[in-house]
Amino acid sequence: MPVLLRGGRVVDPAIGLDAVCDVVIDDGRIVEVGEDLKVAGATVIECAEKIVMPGLVDMHVHLREPGFEYKEDVASGTRAAAHGGFTAVAAMPNTNPICDEGSAVRFLVERAAQRGKVRVHPIGALTVGLKGEALTEVADMLAEGAVAFSDDGEGVQNSGMMRLIMDYAKQFDALVIAHTEDEALVGRGVVNEGVISTRLGLPGWPAAAEDIMIQRDIRLSELTGCRLHVAHISTAGSVELVRQAKAKGLRVTAEVTPHHLFLDEEAVTGDYDTNLKMNPPLRAATDREALIAGLLDGTIDCIATDHAPHGPHEKALEFEVAPFGSTGLETALPLVITNLIAKKLASWSDVARWMAVNPRTVLAIDDVRIEAGSVADVTVIDPEARVEVTPEFFESKSANSAFLRATLLGKASEVFVGGRIVLRNGKVVD
Amino acid sequence: MLSTRHIIDIQDLSAEDIALILDTAESFKEVNERRIKKLPTLRGRTVVNLFLEPSTRTRTSFELAAKRLSADGVNFSASTSATVKGESLADTAETLSAMACDLVIIRHKYAGSPRLLTRHMDAHIINGGDGMHQHPTQALLDLFTMREKLGRLEGLTVGIVGDISHSRVAGSLVPALRMVGARPIVIAPPTLLPAAPEALGAEVATSLDEVLPELDVAYMLRIQMERAEGMPFPSVREYANLFGMNSARLARMKPDAIVMHPGPMNRGVEISSAVADSSRSMILDQVNAGVAVRMAAMYLLLGGEANASAS
Ligand SMILES: [Zn+2]
Repeated sequence: MPVLLRGGRVVDPAIGLDAVCDVVIDDGRIVEVGEDLKVAGATVIECAEKIVMPGLVDMHVHLREPGFEYKEDVASGTRAAAHGGFTAVAAMPNTNPICDEGSAVRFLVERAAQRGKVRVHPIGALTVGLKGEALTEVADMLAEGAVAFSDDGEGVQNSGMMRLIMDYAKQFDALVIAHTEDEALVGRGVVNEGVISTRLGLPGWPAAAEDIMIQRDIRLSELTGCRLHVAHISTAGSVELVRQAKAKGLRVTAEVTPHHLFLDEEAVTGDYDTNLKMNPPLRAATDREALIAGLLDGTIDCIATDHAPHGPHEKALEFEVAPFGSTGLETALPLVITNLIAKKLASWSDVARWMAVNPRTVLAIDDVRIEAGSVADVTVIDPEARVEVTPEFFESKSANSAFLRATLLGKASEVFVGGRIVLRNGKVVD
Repeated sequence: MLSTRHIIDIQDLSAEDIALILDTAESFKEVNERRIKKLPTLRGRTVVNLFLEPSTRTRTSFELAAKRLSADGVNFSASTSATVKGESLADTAETLSAMACDLVIIRHKYAGSPRLLTRHMDAHIINGGDGMHQHPTQALLDLFTMREKLGRLEGLTVGIVGDISHSRVAGSLVPALRMVGARPIVIAPPTLLPAAPEALGAEVATSLDEVLPELDVAYMLRIQMERAEGMPFPSVREYANLFGMNSARLARMKPDAIVMHPGPMNRGVEISSAVADSSRSMILDQVNAGVAVRMAAMYLLLGGEANASAS
């Protein structure tokens, strides 16, 4: 049965569209975009005062299945994604077993087909067991559906190994996603090195530990010609390095998380709230400003959440031993609306670029456009909805959000994946 | 009465709180000089020593303080490994809470652990040292000793020498000195300074000899000889030459300046034996003040005003 999205503001920067019009979805595809459309027998969804855009993609999530299903699994993680307005996610390989070979990629593809609310794109490991020692079977994983490769959670410490990886990946034009962390410099670091680490007596993690690795990886991308994507960029120095790499014409892209954009180290207080323990850590205010500037000027291509669910018993540990990470899928869009749209720092086209168009380009996955013939992966946003971030708000199994207790503005109201409605009036459709 | 329920961060206390604790400690110190060193003040109250990191000195000091106030003092040992399988600190807190104890003194290798306890139990908490963060009763006993020996706190220049970056003693003492109007200077090689020492409120010097004549107090920190991260100085010999307190350096200090150390000492490293055993060394006075200050802290936290025999 056809669906008519009536009277929304339809935004798709990839085709230069920003106009109030109707969108008709039928049989998994967008069949018509235009004004005052009439479709016999269609389900009509009123979209006045709402935004209609290509389905959002989160290119950096941890679904935790297999191995850590108490934190999250494919079913709950993709419910959370739908709730957050996403039609697709890319899943990092640090599961147990680690997703470092074709059969593990196939497992995730099959599990997602059975239980996923939204599309799941596996990311394979760069090295066997994320150990940084041996190449993985890139060709085999690509054949099973992997869209990129990363040792996320671990920086590849050995420069020779990273060069080998990039040389090898290059033959397939595979994307290497770098988690940039020089372990010797980080040491036991758990918060940004500076005022907060000093005041709270916590081991510091210097910004240079990221800058140095990004510098190296950009240089290796230049050496090998391999496509490089920088995961969760967090420092002013890194932003500048990516800016220079792009100016040089190198094949380098970058993502930033909402928590690095909208929080800084000052959020970590004498309460030692472990929901604010991230890898990389929340940085200084000047870093945060540089990230916003880098996003607005196009240096940073994508907003990705690094959705990292953990069990409450794990986050209840002492700050130094609690695991790194915060959930992100369900708060990302409301945070962007609250902090960038409502403050008129960004346009809806910008949001569509950062959260829908660019992640697809970087990952080279299914082209989605709001035009006739395209696959109907569509997100409808209610910019006036109010979101109270309470533990009950989450569809994720975990509530370790850095934004607990915040009140945010704006939220996805409808989500279509391949024409199938998975979110309706802000509620996940069962 | 104190303005706070817990003593976790020295800055939980107001300047008035600090003065009240030091004054109360003075009267308790007098009790400690009697033949029968016991007051009935905290009879029936339960004080738990939760020492998850070994420290005989601090634990004994707290134990003695509790005993002299007639509190029921118990040592609770728990697993120090925070693992998913083992009992976590939160579990331990719930257990202690169920046992209805009144005051918990926690020593733990991780910063922030006392704050974590407060989220799981109602008892008063005293931080007996958390990781590299703070050790507030140490700062209080240090202030007590300085006030007793030098007659004032305001206007004193105190050099804190050594491993500032890993020192919870410095973490509490620097802000404490600022609160009472003294001038803290941290003195260390850059490899032993935290990233932002100014965040603690201290001036910074990397040469002990340069600032030595200005100091009323030289506070020598213990140097940890083995480290996982690698030695932050080339040799103990070079460290002692540059940052150790010895008789020659002592001679260059103001005539009434004193030397302090939180213990236990590495004789010949951060302090020479001659200085440690000299009349200018306050090390045993600090230990002695420790019991009185901890009695005062417990007494005031538990609202012992009902039978305020002290003062
Ligand atoms: Zn990462």
